[in-house]
Amino acid sequence: MTEQLQITPEKAVSSKEFTVQERSQFQIVLRRFMRHRLAMGSLFVFILIVLFAYAGAALWKYSYTDITPDNSMPPSWEHPFGTDNLGRDGLAKVMRGLQQSLKIALSVAVIGIVMGTAWGAIAGYFGRHVDNLLMRFADMVIILPGIAVAASLASISQGAWWSIALIIGGLASANVSRLIRGLVLSLREQDFIEAARALGASDSRIILRHLVPNALGPTIVSATILIAVGILAETALSFLGFGVQPPDSSLGLLIQQAQSAVNTRPWLFYFPGFFIILIALTINFIGDGLRDAFDPKQTRVRR
Amino acid sequence: MSSEVLLEVENLTVEFPTDDGTIEAVRGVSYELKRGEALGIVGESGSGKSVTSMAVLGLLPKSARVSGSVRFMGKELLGRSDAELSDYRGKHIAMVFQDPLASLNPVYTVGHQIAEAVLVHNDVGKHEANKRALELLEIVGIPHARQRLTAYPHELSGGMKQRVVIAIAMANNPDVIIADEPTTALDVTVQAQVLEALETARKATGAALVLITHDLGVIAGHAERLCVMYAGRLVETGTVDDIFYTPRMPYTMGLLGSLPRIDTKTRLVPISGAPPSLLNMPSGCPFSPRCPLVTARCDAEEPTLYHVAAGHGAACHYHERLIDAKPEEIFR
Amino acid sequence: MTTVLKVQDLVKHFPVRSRGVVRRKVGEVHAVCGVSLELEERKTLGLVGESGCGKTTLSRLLLNLIPATAGSVVYGERDVLKLSRKQMRPLRRDLQIVFQDPFASLDPRMTVAELIAEPLRIHGFYANGGREKVRKLMKQVGLNPEHANRFAHEFSGGQRQRIGIARALALEPKVLLLDEPVSALDVSIRAGVINLLADLQQEFGLSYLFVSHDLSVVQHVADRVAVMYLGRIVEIAPTEALFTRAAHPYTQALISAIPVPDPRKERTRRRIILAGDVPSPVNPPSGCRFRTRCFKFATLSEPEQAKCVSEIPALIDRGHGHPAACHYAEAAAMI
Repeated sequence: MTEQLQITPEKAVSSKEFTVQERSQFQIVLRRFMRHRLAMGSLFVFILIVLFAYAGAALWKYSYTDITPDNSMPPSWEHPFGTDNLGRDGLAKVMRGLQQSLKIALSVAVIGIVMGTAWGAIAGYFGRHVDNLLMRFADMVIILPGIAVAASLASISQGAWWSIALIIGGLASANVSRLIRGLVLSLREQDFIEAARALGASDSRIILRHLVPNALGPTIVSATILIAVGILAETALSFLGFGVQPPDSSLGLLIQQAQSAVNTRPWLFYFPGFFIILIALTINFIGDGLRDAFDPKQTRVRR
Repeated sequence: MSSEVLLEVENLTVEFPTDDGTIEAVRGVSYELKRGEALGIVGESGSGKSVTSMAVLGLLPKSARVSGSVRFMGKELLGRSDAELSDYRGKHIAMVFQDPLASLNPVYTVGHQIAEAVLVHNDVGKHEANKRALELLEIVGIPHARQRLTAYPHELSGGMKQRVVIAIAMANNPDVIIADEPTTALDVTVQAQVLEALETARKATGAALVLITHDLGVIAGHAERLCVMYAGRLVETGTVDDIFYTPRMPYTMGLLGSLPRIDTKTRLVPISGAPPSLLNMPSGCPFSPRCPLVTARCDAEEPTLYHVAAGHGAACHYHERLIDAKPEEIFR
Repeated sequence: MTTVLKVQDLVKHFPVRSRGVVRRKVGEVHAVCGVSLELEERKTLGLVGESGCGKTTLSRLLLNLIPATAGSVVYGERDVLKLSRKQMRPLRRDLQIVFQDPFASLDPRMTVAELIAEPLRIHGFYANGGREKVRKLMKQVGLNPEHANRFAHEFSGGQRQRIGIARALALEPKVLLLDEPVSALDVSIRAGVINLLADLQQEFGLSYLFVSHDLSVVQHVADRVAVMYLGRIVEIAPTEALFTRAAHPYTQALISAIPVPDPRKERTRRRIILAGDVPSPVNPPSGCRFRTRCFKFATLSEPEQAKCVSEIPALIDRGHGHPAACHYAEAAAMI
C-alpha cells in the first residue's frame, strides 16, 4: 500500500464539482418547514402560549391559590379572565392550568415516543415471533377503551401530574410502535442495512446507528401529534375527575369546575376551552408542516 | 424515401424553477425528423434527452418554462392546450415510455386497451377494432396472442407489457413514434425482443422513429441519424456512421472509448469527473471541466454546433484536433 | 492456482406461503439449485445472468447473509455456512461486498467519513489511527479526502460507488463480492470504476466474484465467466473461450442479444431472438430449464426432445474445452 499510488485519473476534484451549496439534511428540512406559512404561524403562536403560561404566571400579581375579595366577577381590568365564586383570579388559574397541561402533554410526547420507538423498532427488526408477540400486545392496548383504563389507573396514583403523563404516554406508545414498526420493516430491506450486516455490525448497532436515525423524521412528526393527544387526553381525564386534583389546576380541571357555572359565569368556561382548541390546532398545523418538510418525495419545485 | 420534414424542433429551451435556482434542463436544442427515418438521441441521465421529447409532446409539468418552437408538419405545437395536443398524440405522434405501466391502465384487459386506441381515432366498429387488436399483438411478436387479449397488464412480464405498448402505439398508423428508453429496465434477451417489435412496428406503419436511450449499442443498430446530448445541449449530430467512426466532439469520443464492449478487450479510457449539475451551470462549454483539450477559450465561450462535414455538426472549438485521433490519445 | 473460495452444490429454496393467519407453505422458489464454483486467488470470476436467475441470492449466500438450504461454501478450511453470526464476524474482514445501488447502500444519515469508518469501528480498529486510514482509503479510490464530512447524497453515482468500495476495502479483505457494481452508473462514469476495481485487484491481491447482467462489462473484467439461468450454472469457461466458443444455446442467445456500439457490425450481426419469458422459479421446467425458450430444442427430433424434458443436463465438458449444461451443446462464435 503506497501513499503515492495514483489509481484512477479522477481529476483533482475542482470546485466545479459541487455547484449546489453544501447543505445538511437538517438545513433542508428547516428550509422546507420555514416555507410552510401556516406551520410557522402556528409555531409562533405556540411559543407565545408557552411564554404566556410560564413568564405570565411569574409576572402576574395574583397566584392561582390567592383568594381575592372579588368573587364571581366577569372579566375586567383587575381580573382579565374574571374570578370564580371563591374569588380566585381566572387569569392566574388559566396560566397555572396551561403550565400543568403543557407539562403533561410534553411528557406524554416524550414517553410515548421513547417507548413506542423501542417497542416498534425491536418488533420490526427482529420480526417473526418477537414481532407477533409485541404487535398483538400493541393491538390489545389499542382496542382497550383508553379513557376508562387511564381513569382507573389514574385513580390509583391520585392525580400526580407525572403519573397521568406516564399512563397517557404508555397507552399512546402502542400507536407509535405500530408506526415505527412499519418504518423499520421497510428500512430493514434497504441495502444499507444489509451492508451493515455484511460488515459484521451487531443488532444493537444496526438499530441505534441506522434504523432509528432514519426513522427520525416521521418520529418527530408523530411526537408533535402526541402533544395534541396529550392535551386532549389530560382534559378528558381531569374533566372526569381522574386527572389533576384540586387545589392544583389544569385546563381540563378548570372546565370541569366551570361546568356547573356555564350559564352564570361563562368566562370560567370559555377561556380554558379557547386555549385547549388553540393548542390542539397549532400543534396539528406544526405537525403538518413537519410532515411535509421531512417528506423526501415532496417536489423541490416552487409552485 | 421522401425527404419531407415531419417534426421540426427549433431552439427549444426548458427550465424548471427550484429552491436552489433554475434548472436549465434543455438549452437551445434544434433538430428535424424526416418522414420514415430513425433518429437516435443519446445522452446520460440529466442530459435533457427525455425532457426534450416530453416538451415536444406537451407532457411537462406546469412549472416548466418552455420556449422555442416545435412544429409538426408545419403547425406549431408549443403553447397549445392539452385538448388540442391530444389530437396529435396517438394519432400522429405515438409514444413508448421506459415504464410500460405509465401507459397501460391496470383495470382494463390488454385487448380492450388496444381496441380502445383503435376506436379513438378511427371510424370502425367494435368488432373491427378487436380484430385489429389481435393483429397488432401478433405483429409485435407476443406468443399466444389470442389468449393474451383477455389478460390484464399485471399478468404480463415487463417485456410483454412493453410490446403491448408498442402495439397501442401502432394502432393508428402514426407518423412518428417517440420511444423514450424503451428497453432500459429490461434484460438483454428481452430487450432484443422489444427492439425487434419496434423495428417491425416501424416497417408496418412507415413511421419515423425517435429513439431516446443512453445505450450507444442500441443506437448503433436501430438509428440512421444521431444526436448526442450533454448538459441540455446537442453536442454532436450526424449519421450514426459519422459519429461512431469519426467523432469530432471530445465527449462523444470519450463516451465511445469508455464503453465496455464484447467485441474488443482493451483497457477502457474513462472520462474523469461527472456531468455538471444543471443548476448554476459553469460558463462556457459544459464539458470543459472534464475535457482534456480544454483551454481558456472553452471556459469563456460556449461552442455552437460547428459544421464539420456534410450533415455532421460538433460543438467543440477544437473539433479539428479530433480528426483521426483515438480516445486513448486524447484522454490520457 | 490456489482456490480461495469453494462453493459446492449450493441450494437455496425460498418458501412461498399462503396469505392469512396460518400461512401454510404452498410452494418453493427454486432460487439457487446445486451451484458449484471455485474462486481463484487474485482472479475474477464473472457471474452472468438475467434478472431472477438467482445470482444475487447466490452472492448473499456466500456471505452467509441468508441461510442456505443445502451445500457448502468453504473459505480457508471452514464451511462458512455452518458458522453462527458471532463466529462469522472475524471472517467478515476477509469477505466483503460492494452493492449495486450506490444510493440505497449508503446510510443517508452518515457522512462519508462515518461510512468508511464504520467497518473499522465495528471490528475495533478505529481507535488505532482510524482517521488516517479513512483519508488514505478515500485517496485510494479517487475521492478527495477534504470531502469527508459531506453526506453521500451530495455525490454523483460514480463517487458514491467509490465510497462503497472504500468501505468494503477498509478491513483489507481477501475476497470481494461485486454485486452489479457498475450497473446503476452512467456510461461515462462506468469505465472509471471498472478500471479502479482492476487496479485495486492488482494492488491488494484481491479475488473478485463479479456478478452482473451485462456480459460486455464482464468480458472486460473477468478471467472466467459462469453463466446462470434459473438457478443453475449452464456454462462456465475462460472469458476468451466463452465469447469465441460459446456452447450452450442460452449463452449464445445472450451474447447475440448484446448490442455492439459499432453500426456496421451491428447491421450484419446474426441475432438470436428467444421466444417468451423466463419461466417462474416456483415451478421450473423439468429436465433442462432452458428448453421452453431454446431455439435449438425446436429443431431436435422427438426422442432428442424427450431427453431434454426428462433429463437434467450435467455441467460437463462435451468436447468444447469447457463445461456446458446442454445435451446437444455445439460451440459457436457469436460476435
